Amino acid sequence: MHGHVSYEDFILQVAGFLTAYYLFVAVMNAFAALYLWQSGRAKVLLRLPGSGLAVTTAHVWLLVAGVFTILSAYATNGGAAALSLPAAMREAADSIMGPVVYTVGSLVLLAGLYLGRNFFVKPTVAWAGLNLSLLLMGLSMTDMDFASIVMKPDNVPIVAMIYLLGYFTWLSAYKAVQNDERTARGEVPLEKLDDEKVLVWPDLVYTELICMIGLTALLFVWAILLQAPLEEPASSVKTPNPSKAPWYFLGLQEMLVYYDPWMAGVVLPGVVVGGLMAIPFIDFNKLGNGYYTINERKFAYCTFQFGFLVLWVTLIVMGTFLRGPNWNFFGFYETWDAHKVEALNNVDLSQYFWVDLLHTGRPKAPDGSSMFWQIFYIIKREIVGIGLLAFYFGGGPPAMVIYSKFFREMFLRMGFVRYMVLSNLILLMALLPIKMLARWTVDMKYFISIPEYFLNF
Amino acid sequence: MPPLDEIIRGSQIWKSVFRHPAPVDRRNRVVVMLTNFFLHLHPVSIKKQGISLSYTWCMGGVTFFLFLVETVTGVLLMFYYRPTLEWAYNDILALRDVASLGILREIHRWGAHAMVITVWLHMYRVFLTGSYKPPREFNWVIGVVLLLLTLLLSFTGYLLPWDQLAIWAITVGSNMARAHPFLGHEGPGSALLTLDGIDMITNASDARFGLLGARFVGEETLNRFYVLHCVAIPLAAALLMAIHFWRVRKDGGISGPL
Repeated sequence: MHGHVSYEDFILQVAGFLTAYYLFVAVMNAFAALYLWQSGRAKVLLRLPGSGLAVTTAHVWLLVAGVFTILSAYATNGGAAALSLPAAMREAADSIMGPVVYTVGSLVLLAGLYLGRNFFVKPTVAWAGLNLSLLLMGLSMTDMDFASIVMKPDNVPIVAMIYLLGYFTWLSAYKAVQNDERTARGEVPLEKLDDEKVLVWPDLVYTELICMIGLTALLFVWAILLQAPLEEPASSVKTPNPSKAPWYFLGLQEMLVYYDPWMAGVVLPGVVVGGLMAIPFIDFNKLGNGYYTINERKFAYCTFQFGFLVLWVTLIVMGTFLRGPNWNFFGFYETWDAHKVEALNNVDLSQYFWVDLLHTGRPKAPDGSSMFWQIFYIIKREIVGIGLLAFYFGGGPPAMVIYSKFFREMFLRMGFVRYMVLSNLILLMALLPIKMLARWTVDMKYFISIPEYFLNF
Repeated sequence: MPPLDEIIRGSQIWKSVFRHPAPVDRRNRVVVMLTNFFLHLHPVSIKKQGISLSYTWCMGGVTFFLFLVETVTGVLLMFYYRPTLEWAYNDILALRDVASLGILREIHRWGAHAMVITVWLHMYRVFLTGSYKPPREFNWVIGVVLLLLTLLLSFTGYLLPWDQLAIWAITVGSNMARAHPFLGHEGPGSALLTLDGIDMITNASDARFGLLGARFVGEETLNRFYVLHCVAIPLAAALLMAIHFWRVRKDGGISGPL
């Protein structure tokens, strides 16, 4: 899109989309207002003095619907360009944003949502959040750089995925919070209330039929509106920049920033698959089987959410939307400039140890020495990293038992084998954030650097 | 003359297919579930909570339906598409520009993306409801394998349009295999695998070569990925899905509070 289309032409292209988009959001809010009003679930916010008329949440969403209708009409009349975030704000967002802020920010945001879950799962709060994110999305669409990435056909599903994950995370937490409150009052979970049996024909098969028809319609509409991408014919000499794996593997590609391919592409994905398979055998907690709950399985919940939402999904989002040419980081509103230069000052641990600390230079086998002595010198050179790693995996599991009451109880209940599987999986999962932190704080390149045998860690 | 639907339902042909009256009363609603091949996947009756959409999100069912959509559209696309360097790109181009049912490619591609997302959401729901807990541990393991197969199905299909997007995504993805410990020629430990001083793991014999059928993404890769995408992985996935669904029933049906 860049370099070929002027901003005015771009706005004309995007105006039609924005008109439909804002209208859709308006209709969505109107339906919410109608639903609240009809079902009598609208909450009274305040009573007008004198007349005693009540202002309810239904009125609020109706007002929001009105505002979005006006935005929609405004976008049609060529005013779409004005419906943008101020340039200064976008520039500020870009200059703040970086891998550190993005990753830590995602973690802090999710942790905040988790801790404040009793507040955030309230439908009114969640709906307001959704409206805000949709508004921000709409305002960002008038930015050429933002739109060119988000509107890439293969990226559209990822935007959909973000919203779907947001919705389902909210839904599960909403039900979990309700169940946890019920449990605290000594009541059974909500799922238990619908214990009666119904016939599968018609109660289930009709739902399935409707689902299938709806999905078919959705796929047709999607296929008509959005053409599947087809670029130039394959050429093994013209390397695109950036070269990206399919979107669902971009979390792994992002890991390449911190780990060599043998770790990021083979070992850690293997650990993900193996770890997922191991879950039923290391989670000995009998509670929370067949109903939504958080309080009854906090450790499992947090560990899984950290692995899935933080380490898998946010890294995919980052790899898709924020990694441009040369895999450099670009803010949401930043032009993907292939000439952007980022200084790489990463230093190996052995460099830190032998050169900066001991001032002796890294040990090196004398020329012409035998294989044995070469390996001996390599191990001597990397001894600190090897020691750290051995300490991490050898000392980690027992240290957790000794110093943490939580893991001690776990060890006692799980037994040796299960505990070792669990603790090693957690230590393996923590390798990525540890390497990230080491990179961000002390420019750590490799803890163990043995390029002679492709063994960089 | 009796109404048409009675004539049809009373005919020998209809009765040979459906061996009972229409499922309008309780008895026949039970019978239909037991006598219909497709419906016998389901139990006759089910806990009300087990079919609540806000509990199940229907994501497993949606994933299965998308697999069927992919199978149907995929077979139709196979009639048209030729997996050779000469024709692959041109056939896709023709699907986009001239072929009457070229939209099948769009449905196939978006269905594939959707399937990756829904299979994740299914796993997410199963985790959040603790449905992998006993007695359903093994079915979760099968589910993880199915998740992996879904990703591999999508990955192998990504190459087939043979455009820049395709070969470079596969190049980036398969470069990882080059670094496989011991089995990749740039992986740690591969240098140790020698026979009389000759390296056993080279760029013409390592894991990446096995995946691509060549040292770089070329015609051999296209053929290999085509067979994996259209035959090998779908068969494996179909078998595992059969076991997955069967185990849902055998492990006590859809999960719910005890």
